[in-house]
Amino acid sequence: MLLFIARRLALAVTTVLAVVTIAFVLGRATGEPGALLLPDNATQADIQALNSSLGFDRPLLVQYLDTLVGLVTGDFGDSYRLRESALGLVLERVPATIELAFWAFVIGLALAVVAALTIQLTGSRVLRAIVGWAGALRQSVPDFFFALLLVLVFSVLLGALPSLGRTSYASLVLPVATLATGQFVMYLRLLDAALSEQAGQDYVRTAIAQGQRRSTVLFTRMLPNAIVPVLGMAGLNLGGLLGGTVVVEVVFAWPGLGKLLTDAVSQRDFPIVQAGLVFVALAFVIVNTAVDVLVRRIDTRTAAA
Amino acid sequence: MSTVLRIENLRIETDGDTPRTLVDGVSLRVDRGESLGVVGESGSGKSLTVLAALGLLPVGTRVTGGRIVLDDRVLVDVEADVWAGERELRALRGRTAAMVFQDPMSSLDPLRAVGAQVASAVRVHAPRLGRRAARERAIELLTSVGVRDAADRAATRPHQWSGGMRQRAMIAMAIAHDPLLLIADEPTTALDVTVQAQVMDLLAEVRERTGSALVLITHDLGLVAENSDRLTVMHHGRVVETGATRAVLAAPAEDYTRRLMAAMPAEQERATPAVRTGEADALVADNIVVDYRVSGRKTPVRAVDGVSVRIMAGETVAVVGESGCGKSSLAKAVLGIQPASAGTVVVGGVPVRAELTGRSAAQRELAQIVFQDPYSALDPRLTVHELVAEPLRIRRAYNSAAVATLLADVGLDESYAKRLPGQLSGGQRQRVGIARALALRPKLLVLDEPVSALDVSIQAQVLTLLDTLQREHGLGYLFISHDLGVVRSIADRVIVMQHGRVVEEAPTAQIFSDPQHPFTRQLLAAVPRLDGPRRTARPAAA
Repeated sequence: MLLFIARRLALAVTTVLAVVTIAFVLGRATGEPGALLLPDNATQADIQALNSSLGFDRPLLVQYLDTLVGLVTGDFGDSYRLRESALGLVLERVPATIELAFWAFVIGLALAVVAALTIQLTGSRVLRAIVGWAGALRQSVPDFFFALLLVLVFSVLLGALPSLGRTSYASLVLPVATLATGQFVMYLRLLDAALSEQAGQDYVRTAIAQGQRRSTVLFTRMLPNAIVPVLGMAGLNLGGLLGGTVVVEVVFAWPGLGKLLTDAVSQRDFPIVQAGLVFVALAFVIVNTAVDVLVRRIDTRTAAA
Repeated sequence: MSTVLRIENLRIETDGDTPRTLVDGVSLRVDRGESLGVVGESGSGKSLTVLAALGLLPVGTRVTGGRIVLDDRVLVDVEADVWAGERELRALRGRTAAMVFQDPMSSLDPLRAVGAQVASAVRVHAPRLGRRAARERAIELLTSVGVRDAADRAATRPHQWSGGMRQRAMIAMAIAHDPLLLIADEPTTALDVTVQAQVMDLLAEVRERTGSALVLITHDLGLVAENSDRLTVMHHGRVVETGATRAVLAAPAEDYTRRLMAAMPAEQERATPAVRTGEADALVADNIVVDYRVSGRKTPVRAVDGVSVRIMAGETVAVVGESGCGKSSLAKAVLGIQPASAGTVVVGGVPVRAELTGRSAAQRELAQIVFQDPYSALDPRLTVHELVAEPLRIRRAYNSAAVATLLADVGLDESYAKRLPGQLSGGQRQRVGIARALALRPKLLVLDEPVSALDVSIQAQVLTLLDTLQREHGLGYLFISHDLGVVRSIADRVIVMQHGRVVEEAPTAQIFSDPQHPFTRQLLAAVPRLDGPRRTARPAAA
């Protein structure tokens, strides 16, 4: 197990290095930030002076090594625009994004487990059909549009929930609902398929033939077997959520990482881009390692292999 | 003597608007302590009949007629509209009647320790028993079915158990509550023949202790002959013949029973060998060594340890042994799929490289393979014609007449050419597999358990086909099998392998009449025969 985690850490370092390198290359390929930072009437000389003061006149290799040194020391430089530590800015926004992603993930997955178990327990084809249709409907609506629908109904028509900002628990409801419904549909599909597959397995028949209750077999035998592949997907997905709540953050003016990053990219604010990407990459690797450790605890065969 | 299970006029149909009848008017009876063999080929309805007794019919099928009485309780009476509820059935399952299923690989929960699974089988019908007591009882049960170091092994999961050991664990669970009736559905089909003998001995032994009656569902007449007092033969959902096992087998009254018995591999060698002299040997493999590298281990696992095989044109050489003995690895090394780490391979007189990628296309044509499982060996989306044409297309030698000839060779007329594998029976699929292997005119066919997935009557047809093809084309056969009966009727020479080495090699007749090595004798003794030794428990005193 220790060896496994050590290997994963090595992988994490490689991943972060690759991410930073790609971001560096792409960033430099799109041009220097001076023109974007200065007012429209700035002279060419002003722009060049700013670019060189930011270090863009140095050779590319030096700039790259500088970035790497910054990566190791945790100093990504100051934001060009805000003149503050980029890392500080990113870390300041992280809790808001984690809050959003975490609740969307937990609520979506928990509801999916409950719904999938209910479908199996009742054996109700009607229930499965209803949930299936609703799910297809939700998935066919893009997140931003679904978010606007929620705002329309709950904020404008009912006036029950705030539609903007991060001020109270109530302001958490709509953005989480937007993301969680999408998560719910995906996990329900996966879990329902996995459980239905387990239902036909010989070991289930064995347990029933011993006189076990069907519900007991469902909870103690089928669920652990079915959840293993779903957890693998969930890990990838949660990692993605941490960096990819951008659309929802923009719609709800949620002060999270996604919004900060998109703004930074459009303004060539490289220190923030670098710091943000490193965080997202690390989060992705850590979440996936945690999920793999969990899967290994449930299914020791994977540990032996 | 009282009756444990009585099934009268049972009818099982599929759900839906146009139900198909799967079991049609089947009656059978199991008395206390006796052993009933239910024999039939796939699709005969033998498993469904018995599964219905415990309300375990698969989804999509249901009882539509008849009566089922278990231990004097009427579980189903369609005319009187009596249907036992789930609660009542649950109380009977595992306590009055317990099941042992076919595949011990998949019949245990892969995620739970074996001991815990046995303990939960104990606790189902003894809820007041504490966890610790249940665990102790589980270890006791495992010990009683011959699991050594049961206390230590109980904590390990099924993938760390061999097939035979898993089947012992299944039996331990089945006898946890001394059931009146044990139902064993093909309990040994997935096991090696020597392990099969051990498991059947164990079943007889536990019945001696518990006095349980046994229903043994199987396709193997030999197994029934050795392990049952009475016999019911089923065919197409009906009972064909019932009676005392000895009497039925000695003088079968029905034609179908006679056909089943006749289809059992003959206990004699084939009369005229098809060996052609003067042609290049189909295979000369010398001193083959196959190593597998296993992650986490420094030294590789040696699956084949210096085995030599020579097969003349038109000769069949069988390689027999238990699973893990290296017979399949040997076949893979000959084909180059798993390159030999040492040794030489000469196919049809042409020396070839160990690894497949090192062999030219013309060299690869020389040796072809027919797989064990005709269900998974054919692409389900290609028609029969396309399947057989594929190797010809790859070698740019396609013409539709050649494909038609190949199909005719294996006994499939033109009407089959447009069908998909899903529309064929198992035997027909295996014929397609053979035609495909023959397409490139190989000198050597590797037959990897080619008939072990087929019913006995189909087995006989495919073996006859293989014999005819061999005579026609002068093919050499490397016949991999664990079934000594099949081997006897087709092989000219037999190689017995154990732990990666050859322990005995001799002409077929000699292997069967005068086996030299103890392992060969053990293999032969384990084969169930119609007149074999009896293993049934004495009926409990009434």
